[in-house]
Amino acid sequence: MSDTTAVVEHGAHHTSTGLDNRKLAMWGFLGSECLLFGALISSYLLYRTRGEGVKPVDVYDIPYTSVSSFVLLMSSLTMVLALSALQRDDERQSRVWLTATALLGMTFVGGQVYEFTTFVMHDGISLTANPASSAFFLLTGFHGTHVTLGIIMLLSLVGMSLAGKVGKQNSLYVELVGLYWHFVDIVWVVIFTVVYLMPTPN
Amino acid sequence: MSETEAVAAEHVAEEHHPAPAAYVKVALVLAVVTAIEVGAYYVTGLSDAVLSVSLLVMMVVKFALVGLWFMHLRFDSRIFRRLFIAGIVLALLVYTVAMTTLGLLVGK
Repeated sequence: MSDTTAVVEHGAHHTSTGLDNRKLAMWGFLGSECLLFGALISSYLLYRTRGEGVKPVDVYDIPYTSVSSFVLLMSSLTMVLALSALQRDDERQSRVWLTATALLGMTFVGGQVYEFTTFVMHDGISLTANPASSAFFLLTGFHGTHVTLGIIMLLSLVGMSLAGKVGKQNSLYVELVGLYWHFVDIVWVVIFTVVYLMPTPN
Repeated sequence: MSETEAVAAEHVAEEHHPAPAAYVKVALVLAVVTAIEVGAYYVTGLSDAVLSVSLLVMMVVKFALVGLWFMHLRFDSRIFRRLFIAGIVLALLVYTVAMTTLGLLVGK
């Protein structure tokens, strides 16, 4: 089968590339998201030591954030297992994995809210305290927003699945949300290393 | 292409996706690498340069594992891989230049 043959894995429409346009669009979107998060990570790296007062880098709780990172990493596993189950035509198991992914995502976001609250209430690091805290909250806040949107999409999928609208024939829905979710996960892989673990120059 | 051929093509594409056990193995590797990352953070006596390079290497390994296995870049069309890599490369280029330039300005 040639690349230009109009075959689409999960859809039924013909395309000039032979690929589903929705999946192609999702990959294009994720490519553009690299630029968004690249900007946010770069600005954090530029400003992480600037300004007066306590900065986020002074009060990171690495064991706590490590557990959060592990939770998000494992949510990628449950997500891919949800897709795998659906492709085997096991809708019930797919729903279980999708729900587990959403719960793990909620755990991660809950952890982030706790971290932010601790920073603000206990350490006196607010959004406008100094350039370092602004860059930190902007970066991690944007990521948390992405995770929250992912959770909404996952719960929507669970609802659609319960209504019988997600099956093996249209597993592309789950695949697209999965791509988004895995992307959010790999962005956190970068943030965890670059923002939390890497040594900060004096 | 006939419907039968399309269905056959779909079947072939799905056969290329790994079994759930393979995903679990990848997740275990990811967990172990994360544990090593955190462990390296607490190791005293490592220079900043060595620690930074080690952490970056482990980050790239995790990034690649998720991208290749969980996002199926290893099995899907090369067009998807190219689109994503184009975004990453563009981001790296743009922000390396921006950070170098702005870093010099901010440093003054």
